[in-house]
Amino acid sequence: MSYFLEQVLNGLSYGLVLSLIAAGFAIVFTSTGVLNFAHGSVVLLGAYLVAVLHDTIGFWPAVLVGLAGAAVVGVAINALLVRNLADPNPGTAAILMLGVDIVLLTELTRRIGNQVLTLGAPWGASVVRLGDVTLPTGRVLAAGVTVVAFGALWYLFSRTDLGVGMRAAAADGPTASLMGIRLSRTAATGWALAGILAAVAGIFLTSFPAPGVAPTVALSAFAAIPAWVLGGFDSVPGAVVGGLLIGLTSALVTGYEAELEPFLGSGFGEVAPYVVMIVVLLVRPSGLLGSKEAVRV
Amino acid sequence: MSDAPRKLVGLVLLLVALALPFVLTDFWLQTGLFVMATAIGAVGLTLLVGVAGQLSLGHAAFAAIGAYVYAFTTGESTTTVEGLGLPPLLGLVLAALVAAGVGAAFSPIAGRLRGIYLGLATLGLVFVVRHLLVNLDQWTGGFVGRSVEPFAVPGFSFSNRDPDYLAVAGVEFEGLHRLWYLFVLLAVVAIWLASNMRNGRTGRAWANVRDSETAAAAMGVGVAGAKRSAFVVSSAYAGVAGAMLALAYGRVAPDVFSLTASVDYLVMIVLGGLGSVAGAAVGAVFVTSLPLVLAQYSSALPFLAAPGSGGLDPSTASRIVYGLAIIAVLVFLRGGLAGGARRLRERFTGSTPVPPVDRPVAEEPSRSKETTR
Repeated sequence: MSYFLEQVLNGLSYGLVLSLIAAGFAIVFTSTGVLNFAHGSVVLLGAYLVAVLHDTIGFWPAVLVGLAGAAVVGVAINALLVRNLADPNPGTAAILMLGVDIVLLTELTRRIGNQVLTLGAPWGASVVRLGDVTLPTGRVLAAGVTVVAFGALWYLFSRTDLGVGMRAAAADGPTASLMGIRLSRTAATGWALAGILAAVAGIFLTSFPAPGVAPTVALSAFAAIPAWVLGGFDSVPGAVVGGLLIGLTSALVTGYEAELEPFLGSGFGEVAPYVVMIVVLLVRPSGLLGSKEAVRV
Repeated sequence: MSDAPRKLVGLVLLLVALALPFVLTDFWLQTGLFVMATAIGAVGLTLLVGVAGQLSLGHAAFAAIGAYVYAFTTGESTTTVEGLGLPPLLGLVLAALVAAGVGAAFSPIAGRLRGIYLGLATLGLVFVVRHLLVNLDQWTGGFVGRSVEPFAVPGFSFSNRDPDYLAVAGVEFEGLHRLWYLFVLLAVVAIWLASNMRNGRTGRAWANVRDSETAAAAMGVGVAGAKRSAFVVSSAYAGVAGAMLALAYGRVAPDVFSLTASVDYLVMIVLGGLGSVAGAAVGAVFVTSLPLVLAQYSSALPFLAAPGSGGLDPSTASRIVYGLAIIAVLVFLRGGLAGGARRLRERFTGSTPVPPVDRPVAEEPSRSKETTR
């Protein structure tokens, strides 16, 4: 029983980290209509900055630089590339982001090489014991930080002018623009927020129990895509639900791999999120909490 | 531009392609085989993404299905892997049919989702297919893959044997030379079919669905059916491309058909110009040959380091080059290489042709349209 509980708690905390990334996808999508395939590289970039800087300037300043770096890169991608597309539409924007991802990821992979950079997080490899359940401190911390982050997002989107403006811009850009909301500003805020969330997720994805910063982190950020899709493309609460679902699924499938292997084959944990995504899309094409489009002919 | 000059260019290119095996070395022949195989895959994808406006990230999954169906149906059973030992020609047809069938099975999803949503769903396909390839090892050979029987028709094999020695005009025709002609034939048929489909009733229906599903439905186009047929056709193309890749490598392994391969197909069609069949082929030449050529000549290029030495190795360099190429094309060159070529032609001839069918992916008819900029 305690094994099961441990898997569930691990899955939930991992799911919360995924939901940070998924929320980044959702925020960028609603604020600029871009499917940000470079998000995984931004996650890696945040963690990479912390890993190379923590020795010289200390861990917490390095975290600040990592968050700022990821936010600046996001804003720059939007301002320099997305806004200058020769033929702006969601399809070309998605492919543009694939191009950005190739460049960023290849360069980061080249810099990291075959080594696994350590993050130098102060919580190290310590664990927290609750009764007979053992959890890595990093995971517990991740869950706490994520809850705080989503609280802050809720406050931003429901209580501040900037956040309400962003929601208005997402709901109807031209009308919001006529009401005096500057779309360039809401878009930049969206990309910056997504970058910050990505960097936070990157830090938790690369600290214990993960070995450190390696290029594969960008790929595990891909696992947040099912989370985002599950929740609905334009919904931040949906991203949380989707993240938790995907986190639980992969933790349980990985945790009980030995029992599942005869039917599902080895390594099913990596595939499970995508299988869940395909099944959900089959039943609900706009995700669990996404807004539906109604078209009649 | 009228049709005649276009046909003339095509004919000249075909003659050049037929003559090349007489002069090329084995390295260039091998590169050419990979280019032709991926070109067919890219042509299929441009029909789906460019003409029908459905983004797909699962193209490599269908290529994998084609490759493994060919390897499985034509291979002989050994101690480690099973095979059916069917004739290769049948294997090639089955590769296309099974890939199309899987595409059709996926079409309840493809028919309901549009644009980037479909792209996300197909992303899942790549991972699922890879999982199957690794785990169904009695058929696929697992991680290491399995070897592939050379293509053959009764009495003639497209390999170094049977006939053991074949020479045309003093040039010995080995497996690579023979495969070259097979691939040229397949490529010509594939490109010809694709152009006809794009310019005919089917392609116009696809383009109509891409531009506005509501308008297409009002015009009497079955929207779900059109999306499904585009998906099935593109899957069949990918299946053939996969089987050809298997033939060109002589081996199949899961890593050949990763997500990276899917992205590479997208890169090809974006560079060439979305929706342009010729552009897709040109894009395939660039994307497929660049890493191979850089690797082959890395010792002669001063800015490249040997793989693994920590410097800029050939595959890293080529990835950065085409990552930047996508960005540059999308930001500066509307319509990719095909669009650029068309504008150049218009400037010289001074003509303003009818709006072309090969416009890029459709606008999402949702609110995200206005907020893209």
